[in-house]
Amino acid sequence: MLHTFVAYVEDLPGVLTRVASLFRRLNININSLTVGHSERAGLSRLTLVCEASAEAGHRIRASLFKLENVVDVDDIAQAPNVTRELALIKIATTPQNRSRIFDLVEVFRAHIVDLAPESLMIELTGVESKIEGLIEVLHEEDGQILEICRSGKMTMRRGHHISSVVKAMGVAADEAVEKPAEEDVTGEPE
Amino acid sequence: MVKTAKTQAPNNPPARLTGAEIMWATLEGEGVTQVFGYPGGAILPVYDALRKFPIHHTLVRHEQGAAHMADGYARASGKVGVAIATSGPGATNLVTGIATAMLDSIPIVCITGNVSSKVLGTDAFQEVDITGITLPVTKHNFLVNRAEDVAPAIRYAFQIAQNGRPGPVLVDITKDAQQATAEFDFAAAKPRPHRPHPMLNVEEHGLEQASELIRNARRPVILAGHGVIESGAEKQIYALAERAQIPVALTLLGLGGFPASHKLNLGMMGMHGESWVNHAIQEADLLIACGMRFDDRVTGTLSTYATKAKKIHIEVDPAEVNKNVKVDVALMGDLREVLELLLPRISGRDGSAWIKTIEASKGEVAVRDIKNLPDSGHLYAAHVINDIWRITGGKAIVVTDVGQHQMWEAQYYHHEWPRSLITSGGLGTMGFALPAAIGAKFACPDKEVWVIVGDGGFQMTAAELATIVQEGIKINIAIINNGYLGMVRQWQEFFYEKNYEATPMVSPDFVKLADAHGIKGLTVRTRPEVAEAVNTARSATGTFLLNFKVEKEDSVYPMIPTGSSLHEMIRRPEKG
Repeated sequence: MLHTFVAYVEDLPGVLTRVASLFRRLNININSLTVGHSERAGLSRLTLVCEASAEAGHRIRASLFKLENVVDVDDIAQAPNVTRELALIKIATTPQNRSRIFDLVEVFRAHIVDLAPESLMIELTGVESKIEGLIEVLHEEDGQILEICRSGKMTMRRGHHISSVVKAMGVAADEAVEKPAEEDVTGEPE
Repeated sequence: MVKTAKTQAPNNPPARLTGAEIMWATLEGEGVTQVFGYPGGAILPVYDALRKFPIHHTLVRHEQGAAHMADGYARASGKVGVAIATSGPGATNLVTGIATAMLDSIPIVCITGNVSSKVLGTDAFQEVDITGITLPVTKHNFLVNRAEDVAPAIRYAFQIAQNGRPGPVLVDITKDAQQATAEFDFAAAKPRPHRPHPMLNVEEHGLEQASELIRNARRPVILAGHGVIESGAEKQIYALAERAQIPVALTLLGLGGFPASHKLNLGMMGMHGESWVNHAIQEADLLIACGMRFDDRVTGTLSTYATKAKKIHIEVDPAEVNKNVKVDVALMGDLREVLELLLPRISGRDGSAWIKTIEASKGEVAVRDIKNLPDSGHLYAAHVINDIWRITGGKAIVVTDVGQHQMWEAQYYHHEWPRSLITSGGLGTMGFALPAAIGAKFACPDKEVWVIVGDGGFQMTAAELATIVQEGIKINIAIINNGYLGMVRQWQEFFYEKNYEATPMVSPDFVKLADAHGIKGLTVRTRPEVAEAVNTARSATGTFLLNFKVEKEDSVYPMIPTGSSLHEMIRRPEKG
């Protein structure tokens, strides 16, 4: 099954190696991995997606916790969540097909972020199937896709939930937690 | 397990010291009095500063020896062992010793020098990425390139090494960090409090379930592992066994955690465990696994392992729970603490019928036992080891290597006390015994220390004989010399049609080798000579080497072949 781990890790050299090495040792391929700053200074947040048996989830989470630089680990798995991926797609264009691609971009609620005489760049945010959907129709449009850059998945649980471990460390987001949970306002399909 | 390190903050106010001096001062503050190491270019500033500190340094002959000595020191004392090496080959030579400590959860701190931070990553002379290399075989490691980071890194390393499930930590210090100066403040370098593994969880519900299972069990067995010793839970295991009258089976590393002479002690389980132990496990309706990890050497084939038994697992490392064997109740926490919570719920129970059944299954086996065989003119390793046990009153610290002699030791030297057997279980590192014994002797100078080692393993680290002489320490060395890599030969006999490829081994005359080092020795060929030889070794003032020329093609019985069930054993053939 597909596992989605969200982890808070210390923002230090070598930490990503330690996390990646754990999966390497178990001979598990990482499908996607995104890392960036979190709401707390000095802590990065990563979302890691991998394919492993259902039982492996417990052991991977337990083993991640054993890494000194890992502060918290959440196995999102079946929990209600919002998952997004960002894609940049560069496509070769001609004056003939450009307007049709503009239409597609509109339908997918994507954006044109760069327009050159012979190509354009599309930015799209959404769930994996939406990004794959756009890529598929772009292929059908005879447009030659020159480059695809995908961020990998980012995941956040829905509702009040925040990391209890990070909260215990005195996270600055206490106030935000008191507010009622907001719906996924973008309302995009999942 | 949360141990409060016995730290004695140096009295002097914060002073400006070099990184090298800070390293020693921090070790001193952590209570270190003994280190094992080998100098070299990138660690020279550290060695230059050594004379200013009340710490004894033992010069080893190979860095692998330094890591094993730190390991043996830690196993014998329960304290953190420390090894020091230079960059490059010095550091890589430590790796086998670090992995040995990792697999057996031994708290050691290894300190390596590295090239100056300005040339890190340039393939400078004797540069190696040792933090990269040791990443999978340490609990954690540090690359320190500023003098002010030395003390916090070392103090943090000591905390990591000892807490939770213990293990090795490496601190790599660049040469310029050793040479630069910084303010040294031991107290300020204290790490943040240890964070227990967040998945550790002992719930009321789990304790209730566990005590219910124990109450209702008819054929329970306690499986006691290394965690008993590491957690210091010997008294609690004893209380559990006595109160509920539950027999105790031990893993190799658990030996000594429950007295061998106790009537509830079944002995060692697993591949070379006695038949009644493994039968009891296979017949059990409840297994209470205490600080053990269901290693493949103790379970045999998992699909047929203890299928009739419910399982309770008390374990400090949540990653071990349900890894090999699916358990019914998991109590994730420090073994001693969990047993303290569990014990008040356990009341007296009558275990006599089950104990009688197990006793009855011993009958024919005890007669078959090699130590009861009449003297046939052949010298058997089992005889030698059993005699050493008898003569030392079981009071020695025995350090074994890996192979047949290791299993015979486990079978024929009966351990009453924790930390009286030191052996490489998880990694199975040949060459471990001699250096680990040196470490154990430094930890317990008043104890009698015996090395039991094969002719193969002895030659892997025999150079440490010179270390023994230079340090003037007294240990006793028993080489179980059968002219083969015995355990491999045994596998070739059983599973490779006696194709003894690369296992017959020519060795030097070990007594002459000892003599060349200034160590006295004796060769022993017959059983009647054994007792006198052992006594000669014990009463000698210095280290003494006994070269026991034993039966060449003897095998360790019983044996569960890999891939077989726990009850499918190869038994000792009847002698005609």
